[in-house]
Amino acid sequence: MKDNIIIDLKNISIKFGDNQILDNLSMYIRDKEFITLLGPSGCGKTTTLRIIAGFLEPDSGEVIFENKVINGVPPYKRQVNTIFQRYALFPYLNVYENIAFGLRIKKMKEAEIKKTVTEMLELVNLKGFERRNINSLSGGQQQRVAIARAIAVKPRVLLLDEPLGALDLKLRKDMQVELKNIQKRLGITFIYVTHDQEEALSMSDTVVVMDGGVIQQIGTPQDIYNEPKNAFVADFIGESNILDGKMLEDFKCSFSGAEFQCLDKGFGNGESVDVVVRPEDVDIVPPENGILTGVVTSVTFKGVHFEIIVDIGGFKWMIQTTDYEPVGKKIGLYIEPDAIHIMKKSKYSGLYGDYSSFSDELEHLSDIVEEE
Amino acid sequence: MTKMKPASKIYIALVLIFLYLPIFMLMILSFNGSNSTSVMNGVSLKWYVELFRSEATMNALYNTLVLAVTSSLTATVIGTVAAVGIDKMKKGFAKTMITTVTNIPMMNPEIVTGVSLMLLFVFIGSILKINGVLGFWTLFIAHVTFSLPYVILNVLPKLSQVDPNLAQAAQDLGCPPVKAFFKVVFPSILPGIFAGLIMAFTLSLDDFIISYFVSGPKFQTLPIYIFSMTKKRVTPDMYALFTLMFIAILVLLILVNVFQSKGEKKAKKGGARND
Amino acid sequence: MNKKNSLMQKLCAAPHIVWSVIFIVVPLAMVVYYALTDNNGNFSTVNIERLGDYTTTFLRSIWLGIIATVICLVIAYPLAYIISQSKLRVQSTMVMLIMIPMWMNFLLRTYSWMALLEDSGVINTLLGYIGIGPFKMINTQGAVVLGMVYNFLPFMVLPIYSVMVKLDKNLVEAAQDLGANKINVFSKVIFPSTLSGVVSGITMVFVPSVSTFYISQKLGGGNVVLIGDIIEMQFQVSNNFHFGAALSLVLMILILICMAVMNKFGDPEADEAAGGVIL
Repeated sequence: MKDNIIIDLKNISIKFGDNQILDNLSMYIRDKEFITLLGPSGCGKTTTLRIIAGFLEPDSGEVIFENKVINGVPPYKRQVNTIFQRYALFPYLNVYENIAFGLRIKKMKEAEIKKTVTEMLELVNLKGFERRNINSLSGGQQQRVAIARAIAVKPRVLLLDEPLGALDLKLRKDMQVELKNIQKRLGITFIYVTHDQEEALSMSDTVVVMDGGVIQQIGTPQDIYNEPKNAFVADFIGESNILDGKMLEDFKCSFSGAEFQCLDKGFGNGESVDVVVRPEDVDIVPPENGILTGVVTSVTFKGVHFEIIVDIGGFKWMIQTTDYEPVGKKIGLYIEPDAIHIMKKSKYSGLYGDYSSFSDELEHLSDIVEEE
Repeated sequence: MTKMKPASKIYIALVLIFLYLPIFMLMILSFNGSNSTSVMNGVSLKWYVELFRSEATMNALYNTLVLAVTSSLTATVIGTVAAVGIDKMKKGFAKTMITTVTNIPMMNPEIVTGVSLMLLFVFIGSILKINGVLGFWTLFIAHVTFSLPYVILNVLPKLSQVDPNLAQAAQDLGCPPVKAFFKVVFPSILPGIFAGLIMAFTLSLDDFIISYFVSGPKFQTLPIYIFSMTKKRVTPDMYALFTLMFIAILVLLILVNVFQSKGEKKAKKGGARND
Repeated sequence: MNKKNSLMQKLCAAPHIVWSVIFIVVPLAMVVYYALTDNNGNFSTVNIERLGDYTTTFLRSIWLGIIATVICLVIAYPLAYIISQSKLRVQSTMVMLIMIPMWMNFLLRTYSWMALLEDSGVINTLLGYIGIGPFKMINTQGAVVLGMVYNFLPFMVLPIYSVMVKLDKNLVEAAQDLGANKINVFSKVIFPSTLSGVVSGITMVFVPSVSTFYISQKLGGGNVVLIGDIIEMQFQVSNNFHFGAALSLVLMILILICMAVMNKFGDPEADEAAGGVIL
């Protein structure tokens, strides 16, 4: 497994002034994988990317590329290329010349350049755009030129810094699929930075969740979603009800004043834990059949399902169901053992997971703030 | 933003010495005790006293200021109003034509602008049988003409930044169009108008080449007065005036700079760092 | 209502249009008219024919203008780069220091160079102390070029600086990322990105240099006669407006041709501006 590793980051720390941006970060990246650095803005994901690209030098720690330390190697000598947030296309060059830029620096023959550029344009579906001016292109087209320009020089690793951030939703979905296809076809490593958890889950082989300059969890999208390591990850990825609970013994826990069967073991008997229950994993049953009972406080129609907020002993749960339940109705809840996920207590415990102040509007607001 | 290398510092110092050497020399000579133009002979303030005693100099200074104030204000009014009109025009032949013609005085060699206006004035003078047509009014017209493009150039970009919905919103709220313009559009283009006015004023103060061709003996501005002196010998009271102007400009610029950096600091406090 | 409104707003341009026609277009027409008539107002090509006598003067003006422009560019470009790379406060101070001389009376500043360059002037005196010279500096072509560079250098520095500070740092990083070393970054990113500033700097230095008469009079002392001197003489000394107009007309056309050639070299500014609106 070790020889499969293309990039290895060891104990990377960096400070901007008094701000600790990355704190003793270590991770490795396998060849040909699609890895995503996911986290809220300010978590250090872009910084990590810039360190790999060579635009930033870490204060301490090693950047290893194929078993060679590359600290201090300037960006233009590294076998990695970047797709920039705002594309950074050269406005005074046309599409062809933009893509040919890196090839000309390599002093490639004109015929070869032409061949490569044509290939690249085909790859990103921009045939016939050779002579177009950069400023006459739409955002999505500029994005494609940026991709073509970066992969034309045949990098081993492609770094993508929120490349789809400036596109609208529909285009973003299309480009997600296309990027994934390009990665598979070319067989190069993609390191992708985003704050959009859906994007991360749907595209990646491996997801690295970061917060506060520290890696919170590394795993496959399924691992990250189903087995979050702590309350931060559980909350950041998808919707979660996060409850304060106790592990009674192996395979048995209690929360919300009731005892549940679960699949987790290895905790101390009586240990305090965080319990995660995903909204789609809760079954609504008549009150008399439920392990828990509560009152519906709000219902929102979401298309495929209803989103119901249920008050259970003062804690607001979110439940996704296809059955409509009116506000004020008393309902029972049933939770299967495999729907319960137990996590160790962390510094994030108690910060997330209660939907008492939840509203769609607030979530949108926080998205906007994040994007700025 | 990196720290300057020593080589860069030396380079900048050399350029600045080149730019300021003649200026400082005039300033030093303004304190000359004798009336030699190049040899210092004791230090005195006599040329400063002389400066304020010389009627011709004071008269030229007064003329220059009157001309600069009137021409810059006129250019600002015409230019601002014109910018509003040009901004509303659709892209096309007429608009291109107008902006091109407007910019001619900016692109043309000044000597050609001066000569062409002189020919016009002399021609009109000969038709109307006016003797000595060149004077305040010809200078005034010339100065307004070469100031206009600068005013328009400063105001137009501000106008295009104004959200057209703003004026409409004001009208929607019951504000009549003209009032809406003054309430909503005018305040947002005010910095541009002000910048245009300042530019027109300083251009007028300093203009020599165009003025030289359209002025007559009746009305001399300071640059023309200085020119007539440099034909023979410049008396050091001009150096004294030069020194005073230098100090005035320096103080003015420092004040502007201080105000600007204060404004920037305020603006900075609002923004936060990003990932 | 709305239509009437916008018509009114368009009419705002009317006073300016009338003014521009009377005081810009008509005067230029007068130049053409005078150039093609004689003293009695009859059509004549005498003035145009006489222009041939001044070919060398035209060529000298253009040659010295080109030299002054090139020197300005060589001095200004690194200067603008250094300034744009320095701290913000240093930047604004430097820009101020470069602008101040522009605001000072240029006649006196040029006059000051006379005293500096004279045979027994300040520079020769100083050189004399260390046992060199004296050099013949005043009344040479070199002195005239120096006067042009001195007077118009800020016009080269400022436009280049203003595009340089706007240079997108991402473009530099993108180029490095694609394998560009320092030299490549300069030749393939920084220089083409700042070309629009260079072009406007060149026109802002070249046009006044070619057409100057004061600098050549004072620092050339009658040894270096430029086309501006000849024009000035026609209008202020020999009162031959018709020939003066012919000279002005040719000067204007020559400069127009030079500018057209310059703009051929690429003026991406127009495109950039359009892009700015889209983004």
